[in-house]
Amino acid sequence: MVVDAGRLLQVDLGLMADPLSITMALFVTGIGALIHLYAVGYMHGDPKFSKFFLYPNLFVLSMLMLVLGSNMLVTFLGWEGVGACSYFLISFWHTSPANATAGKKAFVTNRVGDWGFMMAMFLTFQAVGTLNYGPLNEAAHSGSLARSTATGIAMMLFVGACGKSAQLPLYIWLPDAMAGPTPVSALIHAATMVTAGVYLMTRTGAVLQIASYDWAPWAVAGIGAATALFAATIAVAQHDIKKVLAYSTVSQLGYMFLAVGSGAYVAAIFHMITHAFFKALLFLGSGSVINGMHHEQDMRKMGMLRKFMPITAATFIVGWLAIAGVPPFAGFWSKDEILLFAFDKSPILWVVGFVTAILTAYYMTRQVILVFFSEARWETHAEEHGAHGDFKPHESPFTMVAPLVVLAGLAIVGGGLQLPFSHKTKFLEQWLEPLVEGAERQLGTTAEDIKWVLAGIAILGAIAGILGAVAVYQQKRVKPVEPAILANGWYYDRAISDFMGGPGRQAFEQVAWVDSNVVDGAVNGSASGVRSLGGLLRKAQTGFVRNYALGISGGVVALMAWFLIRGVL
Amino acid sequence: MPHTSSLQFPILTVLILVPAVGAAVVALLSNRRPEFVKLAAVGFSVVTGGMTLWMLRAFETGEGGYQFVSKHQWVPEWGIGWHLGLDGISLFLVVLTGILFPIAMLGADPHHDKKPYLAWMLLLEAGMLGAFVSLDLFLFFAFFELVLVPMYFLIGGWGYDQRVYAALKFFIYTMVGSALMLVGIITTAFLARQSLGYLTFDLLELQQASFATNTARWLFLAFALAFAVKVPVFPLHTWLPDAHTQAPTGGSVILAGVMLKLGTYGFLRFAFTLFPEAARYFRPLFLTLAVIGITYGAIAATMQKDLKRLVAYSSVAHLGFIVLGSFAFTTQAVTGGVLQMINHGVSTGALFLMVGMIYDRRHTRQIAELTGIQAVAPIFAAVFTLVMLSSIGVPGLNGFVGEFLVLIGSFLTARWWTVIAATGVIIAALYLLWAYQRVFHGEPDEANKSFRELSWSEGLVMLPLLGLIVFCGVYPKPMLDRIQPSVTVLMTHIEEKTGYVEPQPALFEGGEEHAVEADAHAEEGE
Repeated sequence: MVVDAGRLLQVDLGLMADPLSITMALFVTGIGALIHLYAVGYMHGDPKFSKFFLYPNLFVLSMLMLVLGSNMLVTFLGWEGVGACSYFLISFWHTSPANATAGKKAFVTNRVGDWGFMMAMFLTFQAVGTLNYGPLNEAAHSGSLARSTATGIAMMLFVGACGKSAQLPLYIWLPDAMAGPTPVSALIHAATMVTAGVYLMTRTGAVLQIASYDWAPWAVAGIGAATALFAATIAVAQHDIKKVLAYSTVSQLGYMFLAVGSGAYVAAIFHMITHAFFKALLFLGSGSVINGMHHEQDMRKMGMLRKFMPITAATFIVGWLAIAGVPPFAGFWSKDEILLFAFDKSPILWVVGFVTAILTAYYMTRQVILVFFSEARWETHAEEHGAHGDFKPHESPFTMVAPLVVLAGLAIVGGGLQLPFSHKTKFLEQWLEPLVEGAERQLGTTAEDIKWVLAGIAILGAIAGILGAVAVYQQKRVKPVEPAILANGWYYDRAISDFMGGPGRQAFEQVAWVDSNVVDGAVNGSASGVRSLGGLLRKAQTGFVRNYALGISGGVVALMAWFLIRGVL
Repeated sequence: MPHTSSLQFPILTVLILVPAVGAAVVALLSNRRPEFVKLAAVGFSVVTGGMTLWMLRAFETGEGGYQFVSKHQWVPEWGIGWHLGLDGISLFLVVLTGILFPIAMLGADPHHDKKPYLAWMLLLEAGMLGAFVSLDLFLFFAFFELVLVPMYFLIGGWGYDQRVYAALKFFIYTMVGSALMLVGIITTAFLARQSLGYLTFDLLELQQASFATNTARWLFLAFALAFAVKVPVFPLHTWLPDAHTQAPTGGSVILAGVMLKLGTYGFLRFAFTLFPEAARYFRPLFLTLAVIGITYGAIAATMQKDLKRLVAYSSVAHLGFIVLGSFAFTTQAVTGGVLQMINHGVSTGALFLMVGMIYDRRHTRQIAELTGIQAVAPIFAAVFTLVMLSSIGVPGLNGFVGEFLVLIGSFLTARWWTVIAATGVIIAALYLLWAYQRVFHGEPDEANKSFRELSWSEGLVMLPLLGLIVFCGVYPKPMLDRIQPSVTVLMTHIEEKTGYVEPQPALFEGGEEHAVEADAHAEEGE
């Protein structure tokens, strides 16, 4: 898109390759390719098979625009493009009303965020005269960007990020987005699109960390930490295999914003990459399970599947260990780095992150046990699957398990990108350094000194979460704690939809009523007023000369009186 | 003012005459060969469209003044002239008119009496083109009024159930506005004689005249009322949903696509040019009405039960953006507003055509009676989706570019109005996607199971519009290059007349530091 309003606003279709955009482009295309391959198997037999592939490709195009754009408008072009693809794909099976509603909800909620993004662009244009990232960051570095303006830009970008990356209070669309085909959930709603907000905040890191008021990074870190904990508590009580992963994604994105707010940009990108590996793996694994279970998604009707789906089970277990934070799997390293920076910013943030880590290990262990271990519960549900008596889960075809194996490999070794042993082993940090310089937090000595202690505590927390879930779901020594309030996501989503469907809708109805009755009523009212006035006047036209003569003489008298009073005569 | 492209051949005069003659020819043709009548009518409008495209090619880019000027005395005693000219602001409106008329004639057949319908359409085209190229106030008024007549008969004669009510409402509402404008025009000319020394209705001469501040404000209001009804600006909009909904498809396409722009165009060309100080004075009022129109129109659209009425209300919201941009008084916003006039014409014209196709198939426009169409007519649904996304303002499609320029330009001078106006973008997604969900998604019921897929001929009619939607969204530069110089001329005129200085965003050049303080410019002129 080349917008050029002469000297006054010039926006080029500018793309740029720098360490950050290359990093993003690499994992977007890499994971995108794997998921395309997977989708060949997963979507096999769907009547809209060929049409399906239109959208993931359009999505990859838009996502690359988003991460490669050298100015905010090109990013926004990609940003909306991925949103539109997300809409198409969530409502891909559009004959079901639930899918259609979920798609609409995703688009409209994202638009709330887009409003923030647009405000950020307007402020940037007013303050810097261009939408290019270079001058914006430079202005932030040099201190020439007024503090209030910088804060405004950073916070409005964060509003946009909250929409796209499903943070409180705008996360509500993501769990519903699971209505789309599972490869889509893995690609768009776990690995790539939802991390766009983190990318955007990293791209403009200097504005938030250097030029803004001190409360702005706090707000980002606070929302991130709160979302991480909030979503993790909900994941504990979900029964749908994909919903667990969806809330887990929201929670992990919360970690990334905790990192962004704490100034740990390298850690945020690091976690984004490792999360892309293991969460794509988990989603694709869940898709393989759903496929093998003949489209059953309720974990209460699964169990013991490792016997029937060995490869899926083995790779899923790798993903589980990675997200639970067990070393040496990828998730451990990235999560640990975020927690370290959070501790340095404030121990309170660290505590929230730590509790979330325990919950993460717990709910993921719960999921693995319910799906792959414990006892086979699907036999009693065989009828519901449409298979009469001889229902048997089956392993997925090669095109589906091959990506699982590759992603499992990445989830094991992904941590090698950034190992905290010495500066030399922090490859990602060296690679991204030129970009995040200045915005990146310098760790205090305390945090540096006790970082291994913190890592040890984190490992203990993960083990505690795992053992807790084993005790509850495998050994059944404790009754499961799955209160309704958690299963229903603290009733937040329901409150919103009740408001929208209730008072919100009524208010809209009121406006429409006012329009047709008051505003238009005034128009029609004046028309009928004129008509009845005409009706009255018509009565004066009697046709009798004596009446007219009376009128004329009355008029003469009145005029005479008027002139006399005015003293003209 | 004369320019190389203002050749001897009076192309603008011919441009008006071709459809006018066409109307007469079609009216006189024998009705025994109806297909021949349609061929002739479409032929005249295609020739007209071709001429507008030729002018687009011949138009001197980067030139802000009037081109293709043709100027003759008409009623010299009163200073009335046949003065026509085209600049960047009117160029694309003329081209849009040239493109939309053949599409409207081909894309939707009237349900009876084709011959008079087509004749009225051609007369309407002549009037519309005349209004966009007139540089004489009297001439403009004549064309401005002329378009009412064919539109009245089109709605009243070929419309739906409540057509008579809608046509009358449309006619009277617009007449009330333009009656005041006539008084305004005459008063302007006579008052200007005091400072000019002679009587003239020529815009280019009148714009040099000076008026007493208060007088100018009253005169501005007289013009503004006529234009505000036409746009329409809240709360003068209630004729629009009725007229749009009751008009035949072709009439709706023209009404929304071109006719509403007479209002927004009139503001820029006449009201702003003649009374810049007054326009600045009433700025807060119109900004507020624009923002109300954007949000209120969008909210009202959400709750409509009739698909066509929904599109009509969306026009109220979209036109609000144009008014916002015009009264923001920045080059970006005004340019964006002009662009938005074109983009709205393309997108909404396409939407009305498709709603018309739905009506032809199902004989209903009630959203509740339509469902699951995407399952039976995927191509139709795909085309509708593209048009819908353009109307929502998704980047990469045409609707976004104008909206974005309007908002980014308005933000410089009217920050808080813009903040609220931008929420209209959210509601736009809500009402269109919700309607789309109800009409296209879901399982088709018995009545919708046999919904006919988009035919080749329908597809061909839609094709140019779809091409414009994508092209203008991806590469608006050619249009902006032609619009912007004329907007700059207008802005310079306003600056000279009022002493207003257009705020510039801070410039940041290669790391050099400037005072980068956004709040300094905000809220200027309050």
